Amino acid sequence: MARIAQALLKRLGGMAIVLALVVTVVFIIVRVTPGDPAAVMLGSDATPADIAQLREKMGLDAPLLLQYGQFVLGILQGDLGQSIFLNQPVTTALAARAEPTFFLTLFSILIAVAIALPVGILSAVKRGTIFDQIVVTLTMVAASVPSFWLGLILIQVFAVGQGWFPASGYGGPETPFLERLHHLVLPAVALGVVNSALITRFTRAAMLDVLGDDYVRTARAKGAGEGRVILKHALKNAMIPIITVIGLSIAMLVAGAVVTETVFGLPGVGNLVVSAVLRRDYPVIQGALLVVAAIYVLINFIVDMLYILVDPRVRL
Amino acid sequence: MTTMASVSMPFASGLRRLFGNRAMLFGAIILGIVILAAILAPWIAPYAPNKLSIINKLKPPSMTNFFGTDEFGRDIFSRAIFAGRISLLVSLGVVVISTVLGVILGVAAGFFRRLDAPISRLLDAMMSFPDILLAIALVAALGPSLTTVILALGITYAPRLARIVRGSTLVLRELPYIEAAVAMGLPTWQILARHVLLNLASPILVQATFVFASAMLAEASLSFLGVGVSTDMPTWGTMLASGREYMNNAPWLMVFPGLAIVFSVLSLQLLGDGLRDLVDPRLAKES
Amino acid sequence: MTDTTKKTPVLSVENLTTSFKTPEGWKAVIRNISLHVDAGETVAIVGESGSGKSVTALSTMRLLPAGRSRTEGRILLDGTDLLKASEAEMRKVRGGSIGMIFQEPMTSLNPVFTIGNQIAEALVLHRGLSWSQAEVETVRLMERVRIPAAKARLHEYPHKFSGGMRQRVMIAMALACRPKLLIADEPTTALDVTIQAEILHLLRELQREENMGVLFITHDMGVVAEIADRTVVMFRGDMVETGKTDEIFAAPTATYTKSLLASIPRLGTMGSAVAPKRFPEVDASTGTATDGREMNPVASTVAPILKVDNLAVRFDLPNGRVHAVEDVSFDLRPGETLSLVGESGCGKSTTGRAIIRLLNPSAGSIVIDGQDVTKAGTRELRTMRRTSQMIFQDPFASLNPRITVGSAIAEPILAHGLMGRKDAKARVAELLEQVGLSAAMADRHPHEFSGGQRQRISIARALALNPKFIVADEAVSALDVSVKAQVSNLLLDLQEKRGLAYLFISHDMAVVERMSHRVAVMFLGEIVEIGPRAAIFDNPQHAYTQRLISAVPIPDPSRRGQTPPPLTEEIKSPVRPFDYVAPKRSYREVSPGHFVQDVA
Repeated sequence: MARIAQALLKRLGGMAIVLALVVTVVFIIVRVTPGDPAAVMLGSDATPADIAQLREKMGLDAPLLLQYGQFVLGILQGDLGQSIFLNQPVTTALAARAEPTFFLTLFSILIAVAIALPVGILSAVKRGTIFDQIVVTLTMVAASVPSFWLGLILIQVFAVGQGWFPASGYGGPETPFLERLHHLVLPAVALGVVNSALITRFTRAAMLDVLGDDYVRTARAKGAGEGRVILKHALKNAMIPIITVIGLSIAMLVAGAVVTETVFGLPGVGNLVVSAVLRRDYPVIQGALLVVAAIYVLINFIVDMLYILVDPRVRL
Repeated sequence: MTTMASVSMPFASGLRRLFGNRAMLFGAIILGIVILAAILAPWIAPYAPNKLSIINKLKPPSMTNFFGTDEFGRDIFSRAIFAGRISLLVSLGVVVISTVLGVILGVAAGFFRRLDAPISRLLDAMMSFPDILLAIALVAALGPSLTTVILALGITYAPRLARIVRGSTLVLRELPYIEAAVAMGLPTWQILARHVLLNLASPILVQATFVFASAMLAEASLSFLGVGVSTDMPTWGTMLASGREYMNNAPWLMVFPGLAIVFSVLSLQLLGDGLRDLVDPRLAKES
Repeated sequence: MTDTTKKTPVLSVENLTTSFKTPEGWKAVIRNISLHVDAGETVAIVGESGSGKSVTALSTMRLLPAGRSRTEGRILLDGTDLLKASEAEMRKVRGGSIGMIFQEPMTSLNPVFTIGNQIAEALVLHRGLSWSQAEVETVRLMERVRIPAAKARLHEYPHKFSGGMRQRVMIAMALACRPKLLIADEPTTALDVTIQAEILHLLRELQREENMGVLFITHDMGVVAEIADRTVVMFRGDMVETGKTDEIFAAPTATYTKSLLASIPRLGTMGSAVAPKRFPEVDASTGTATDGREMNPVASTVAPILKVDNLAVRFDLPNGRVHAVEDVSFDLRPGETLSLVGESGCGKSTTGRAIIRLLNPSAGSIVIDGQDVTKAGTRELRTMRRTSQMIFQDPFASLNPRITVGSAIAEPILAHGLMGRKDAKARVAELLEQVGLSAAMADRHPHEFSGGQRQRISIARALALNPKFIVADEAVSALDVSVKAQVSNLLLDLQEKRGLAYLFISHDMAVVERMSHRVAVMFLGEIVEIGPRAAIFDNPQHAYTQRLISAVPIPDPSRRGQTPPPLTEEIKSPVRPFDYVAPKRSYREVSPGHFVQDVA
């Protein structure tokens, strides 16, 4: 237990450093805008007075270091700034759109893992067979399909064609929960299937790697049957890299969600970001980037902790 | 005896295995066709990409318009060929930028102990941003144009390459032939160029191929969202975005640009996979 | 060694042929192997790498991948043919009637399960015990293989165990179900020599108690002489000779066996020689050997080329400080070989690397050719690198695979601006010929050469700058027996011709005895004994030196059993708390130049 507590502290320290860097990177990104961000945001027909007013509102007149200080201070107090166009705090805007994005990501990862783990393991065990070759080919193709295109096709076939699922939208808070989820089926499938390709290939590779290890031979020499060799001795070792790739693909899912939400008209964070970009609503872009990156860092932290549970060798 | 040193392989036997690997050959051929079509677009496209012909609008595929026409009567086949130019140009630029940045950062972190921690943390931070989201934010900040999209995606994918390069450099640094080079008193730049970079060439090539594929997908996504390259020339992403409205009645508007993306990306993945098998005999043995 | 009452053998292999699938079709890797093992008997299969000895063992257990290998012949275990057994029946045999241990103790145990779980698994699988019953039995097994504090270590993971202890765990696992036959595939090759002695001793005891047959695979003739009743010699997939071990050693009939026996380095063959002695030249076609010539002694009047004083190398880990090298002092004269010997982790390689300044010393001084280089900067280091060079162990990783060998040898010459390109090319040709290769090979890449040839190329590269001394870090250890002798002889010839000094780092006592003028024995980062070669080998004073020398298996069955029963303890670790200060050691002089560390 002491070992885990100690590791926890050390990882927390590392996480804090990365988070600080994330905040800095986000700050820099918005400041690299060529010219005056306020002018860019307001467009060509803005008066100098409007621009000056916005500059003041955004704190752009202050020296850069002071701006940075205020930015950090704001974050620490849970203040991500004010959206220019929505006329509400960025945190409120994000919170209002968190639900569809959260469930979309969750269902996609569940679909992806549910497909990838069994298929990847089986494919590795049956290496070189027809089944394996089909899996290898299919994952290769699936990894080449843009998830938004798959989404468009799913809409065409299952929403427009069959009418089984709604083609777009999500419904408001008054819509029953299950009906809201019904809206998520197609987008989650589109995202999940594309991402399962990556995890499947990785699972297969990790299993193949492990199946060639000496201790697997030891297990066979002990008289363990194939089922035991694969599910006990090999899988627990293979899980170590697989956990990493699942963690990583959550980040990819969030990226995919940005586009998928647009395709399916889901009022999520991705949709918010895209419209913010089109309207040059910098505080919203900034806030969304920060929140998503922070979540990713947190997931990485959890993955690190899982490592400690699975792999006794992790040096602390 | 299998050792680390067996990473390289002579060129001739590499070529022989290229043709032995049918999937890789298939990838190479498709990619060759896509590249040739893009280069020769003005000569092989039957129509100018932006030539309007309202009377011919939304025509299904036929002998005159192989892939049909869009809502302005423009020839989808010609547009798809010209769109390939932008996609390839953007992806190529992204690969160059991310490779240069990635190799510099990765080698520096892997070879010089003191630089490892700061660079690695920075890479961690950069990798915390989902690729599309980071690219969108950068494009938003820099203003959409061909250059900014290339720059944004280049910066986005540089950490991926840097990670791989750092890992390989860490392994290389401990190999006796690098230590021998140090013991012989070779200048550091020579050790880096002749002993480190030369041996990193294969893993970099493999990873660059995969970045090429990712960049193509990302560029399509950005264009689809309307935050991509804004030029008069069509891209596969913008063709899909504008074709969406008509997809119920004119599915060919989605099918052909989509297939163009799928085949281009697939060809790169096949090529990258095959290259990796050539470079890493251990993996090759197992698949 | 044991009286074998005549009965049916436990294992009888008849005309075993195993083929592997290659792109060119099926290719036989072992052909018509026949052997048998009786109860209580040890049969050794001996051969160099590529002889097919491990394939023979794996074929017997049917552990080769089914689709890519094919085994023909008969493998009779107590009269039942294993090649005809079903997979379910084979599972009962594996770990039940036949136990097996492998070469790599570091990778043969599953890293994510506890030791106890892995041993108990065999009991649960074969003896139908419950996990809690199995745990009780596991503790008993761990005690039987003499793992200290067995009960406490039951729930520990493999990475907490040293190599020797892991091999004990493997033995416990293999013997859990009291097999009739134990197959041991190079079980001690990866271990240090004193640990090897302990493991061999343990195996012998357990075999006697269980009256078990043992099939022992090894490349080491010393180990064969130590343990085997009968021996099978294999060469490139064929059985070239089989018979009683003492008869094979006394009167080998096959040419290959003759040359193998003639070329193995043996302890105690130096006679009255003072200086190093070349290895016997073996005629491969007849297998006859002519003993090597004695080399020149070293003039003790010349000034040392290398002087090391109170060298220390320490580095910090999260949980403590590693005192890798502590208070090491010695000097080396032109034309002299000083060997640093000791077992893994004793600091001998670290010492060599600190002298070449591949890592920075923490304390002490290194003086090369009158120049203090302990804290030399980049510019001074470049000058120093012309004087001192290094040769590494792994011939496969010592050369950059992408650069032709000629270019690799020319590189230091050009980098130091010693010659123009044209002259450098001529020099490369000259160097290649000096190491026994042809000048025409300069345009080839490393992968076109064998291990021995690559090591020659590394030597040529080290000589390119005309150094005065060379650190040879296990330079011949990775080579097969016959090649080892040839490369060692090359090093001796070059020394004589060029007046080179060698710091010869090795764990192989038999090679060290041949190669050295003087020897320094290292243990836990310190030199415990240093002196002229003859004094160290014939009159070792420190307890560790005595243990090290007596643990070396002697390739002579008639001298079997002279090794004293070894101690069972884990090698102490050089990791200490951060505030630890190494005590000052004192040495006494036993005979001229022979110093022994006083017991603290």
